[in-house]
Amino acid sequence: MTLSTFIHGLANPTRFLRLSDAILPWAAGLAIALIGAGLYLGLVVAPADYQQGDTVRIMFVHVPAAWMAMFTYVVIAGASVVGLVWKQPLAEIAAKSAAPIGAAFTLIALVTGSLWGKPMWGTWWVWDARLTSMLILLFLYIGYMALWQTIDDPVRGAKAAAILALVGSVNLPIIKFSVDWWNTLHQPASVVRMDGPAIHASILIPLLVMAAGFTAYFVVVLLWRIKAEVLARRIHSVRLMQAQGIIS
Amino acid sequence: MKAFVRLVTRDVRLALRQGSAGTMAVGFFVIVIVLFPLGVGPELSVLARISAGVLWVAALLSCLLSLDRLFQADFEDGSLDLLVLSAVPLELIVLAKCTAHWLTTALPLVVVAPVLALLLNMDTQGIPTLVYALLLGTPALSLVGAVGAGLTVGIRRGGVLLSLVVLPLYVPILIFGVGAVDARIHGLGPEPHLMILAAITLFTGVAAPWATAAALRASGE
Repeated sequence: MTLSTFIHGLANPTRFLRLSDAILPWAAGLAIALIGAGLYLGLVVAPADYQQGDTVRIMFVHVPAAWMAMFTYVVIAGASVVGLVWKQPLAEIAAKSAAPIGAAFTLIALVTGSLWGKPMWGTWWVWDARLTSMLILLFLYIGYMALWQTIDDPVRGAKAAAILALVGSVNLPIIKFSVDWWNTLHQPASVVRMDGPAIHASILIPLLVMAAGFTAYFVVVLLWRIKAEVLARRIHSVRLMQAQGIIS
Repeated sequence: MKAFVRLVTRDVRLALRQGSAGTMAVGFFVIVIVLFPLGVGPELSVLARISAGVLWVAALLSCLLSLDRLFQADFEDGSLDLLVLSAVPLELIVLAKCTAHWLTTALPLVVVAPVLALLLNMDTQGIPTLVYALLLGTPALSLVGAVGAGLTVGIRRGGVLLSLVVLPLYVPILIFGVGAVDARIHGLGPEPHLMILAAITLFTGVAAPWATAAALRASGE
């Protein structure tokens, strides 16, 4: 099976819904198990940091959330390419459905970062390069979602949103680079850096487990949202047919 | 090429005769900058410290102010459809519209910026660098803004959405624009910043018309 026949095969919503119904329980179970295990490993098993004490445990939510925030944007950009090139409506729906999840992950990363910053840096917010670029990522998500919401015509909305997602994905590395540059010029070097020493296995393992759990959770919510969107569009077209008197 | 020049002159002439876009953007630019000393306080050392940033942020906002009219007027009177359907590549038309927007909106800002820089007590060494940076960076503002204008053309409350979409994309231009002036004032070479600004402008000059044309075609369907 080539890539394009696979993509076109998924274009059939009924087939897609059947597939997603098969995947959903497994993904949900995996998400619960992995996040549960990750929380246990992170909160109980992993040792407290010798400098930061127990506050370091915020990391097990913060870092995976930040990874997922960027991963989701990559998913949106990828789905947008598929939607633009192969005119695949399900890819457009996937990109639309992924955006609020990505925005939520970004917000979680920002809020946990801020909560972590208070005991560590003595302030809720530092204009650190990472925090700043995450904040701008959040604005990109908000603009993307606002564009979807404002354009009534779904065909035009999908195209416009896909173009914006791609423009944003080209821009993101430039923004990241410029914020890093800006930060090194303006920021005193006293800020505690997370990536100081190499991460020990007792911390790395729960981190990776949590990241896998977050990914499974992402898959679950994404499939739910795609399903809801497909069903909403079906209801919409059924209502249109009813209004036109085609069916009663 | 002929069509390009003709379109630029048409848009510039429209902007001049309506007397709105350019002068309003300059007026907005001046007022925003005058508001800053009133808000921050008249202390000259503070003003000198923030002058480059204030000027650049005000330039971004003034550019944004006129961007929602970039395609909207043509959309309303129907000439946008003719432009999309014409034999001239749409990418070139977008580039012409951006050029006209830059000439009527950004260029006047560059002209008044040195005077306002003096008002903000900017180190006089930094003023030529400010002008270079604005000259190199503002075309990118028009070009990136065109993408947003193309995406939001014909949408209700498109102007607000436009700023939400475009402003995050302006971040690199702002950072390197201010960085060039600060580097000059602190005795470092502004060249790296200026080169990166030029690179951003050249890159957006290639990529933005293409994305804008795609957005305009999507809006016409």
